[in-house]
Amino acid sequence: MSSLVTRVRIKQIEQLIEKGKRLDGRGVSDYREIKIEQGLIERAEGSARVLLGKTEVLVGVKVETGTPFPDTPNEGVMTVNAELVPLASPTFEPGPPDENSIELARIVDRGIRESKAIDTEKLCIEPGKKVFIVFVDVYVLNHDGNLIDASALAAVSALINTKMPNYDIEDGEVKIKQGYTQLPMKNHPITVTLGKINNKLIVDPWLEEEQVMDSRLSIAINDEGNICAIQKGCSGYFTQQQILEGMKMIQEIAAELRKKLDW
Amino acid sequence: MNEKPEKLIDKKGCRLDGRKADELRPIKIEVGILSNADGSAYIEQGKNKILAAAFGPREMHPKHLSLPDRMVLRCRYHMAPFSVQERKSPAPSRREVELSKVIRESLEPSVFVEYYPRTGVDVFIEVLQADGGTRCAAITAASLALADAGIPMRDLVVACAAGKIDDTVVLDLFDTEDKVGTADVPVAFMPNLNAVTLLQMDGNLAPEEFEKAVSMAIEGCRKIYDMQKEALKTKYMLVKQEEEVEE
Repeated sequence: MSSLVTRVRIKQIEQLIEKGKRLDGRGVSDYREIKIEQGLIERAEGSARVLLGKTEVLVGVKVETGTPFPDTPNEGVMTVNAELVPLASPTFEPGPPDENSIELARIVDRGIRESKAIDTEKLCIEPGKKVFIVFVDVYVLNHDGNLIDASALAAVSALINTKMPNYDIEDGEVKIKQGYTQLPMKNHPITVTLGKINNKLIVDPWLEEEQVMDSRLSIAINDEGNICAIQKGCSGYFTQQQILEGMKMIQEIAAELRKKLDW
Repeated sequence: MNEKPEKLIDKKGCRLDGRKADELRPIKIEVGILSNADGSAYIEQGKNKILAAAFGPREMHPKHLSLPDRMVLRCRYHMAPFSVQERKSPAPSRREVELSKVIRESLEPSVFVEYYPRTGVDVFIEVLQADGGTRCAAITAASLALADAGIPMRDLVVACAAGKIDDTVVLDLFDTEDKVGTADVPVAFMPNLNAVTLLQMDGNLAPEEFEKAVSMAIEGCRKIYDMQKEALKTKYMLVKQEEEVEE
């Protein structure tokens, strides 16, 4: 991202991390404060807003009917899209999604898909013909670093909050009835991101640390504590040792974060 | 669509294509095969056929994207419409945009970008036929294209995937194993620096299985690394022979 951090600041961040401290007063393995609110968009079938420090992400879920993919005729469809809304940061521009927002959407998507969070078979209305399609739209409202974790958490919270319309089939036509049922969920992935600065791992990098860090590691953990998605980012590297060390840090934090989810 | 096979690995530990768990597919690598590119490489890994070309360091276009203190590395991963079973639209998909980004980020740590300020290097990758693990084969070829273009590098980047099929952790998954299997872990690695420059995963792995998969992928990388170096040498042996004939 094109925003700049001065060299003095970079040095300051690096020296602090050397001592196990950070600019915002956290220790290297401290996560920022999290607030989750659900159901604030009445028009959406599900919604959630996550505040991660000053980072703010809103996720809306819309449920519509459509045709399934030919290779999975008995399963509903889930898609994730992410918008880096221009009001969220001076570095975000209007226009078609760039590689950063596509990567963000695909990381969130992978966490939900690979953990089989949604019971897609229960979204089938008529095999091969009609299924429910779940649109998950990630809306970044304020960028203060670690959009991945905030978006993934908001997406899962919004899905937990999602209610699907009841329906009847009359003469092959789907008729929407009164009332709602809960979106069938099977798992609840939690994604945690680490940054590497000066060969030290730090949890939940905020904006200035993100601009300084060499590399990033995001891991999604499912209910069973297994790993279901990973993405390394940025133009640096990790040693094999650091990856294993990072994985342990991430698992501890994911277990803590899971307690904040309500289902 | 073919029917999903019931078992991906038989009782003797043999996979659908006859390989053992820790065995790579046959690999063929050639360097310097495109005359217009500054550097190029071609790789066949199983049924994967991938071309990579590097251009630069050259003036950036558009100019405002150039950086005052370093060279800009750009990367485009693209699949030919005929490279997969069902024709793929030639327009870049979201998957291709993401892969272009992660491939660029996997190559960048290997390049001395500070040597050529204000310039750009473009790496173009064309997947002519896909058979699973294309991002890894693409990285292996792209790194060779950069080396062939004479760009100063810390090490070659080599990539290989490991994953889980049925209940076994295996190396270098091909198409069917990738689609039907439980997990896929692509890893890019710089052997001399012991640095992992790309790491992704999808599927479901217990932490111990993940550890095993990463180790297995790195072992695979080391084997391909030798073939990479061999391919570079072969090209320069040819150049040397041609020089001698001319003399």
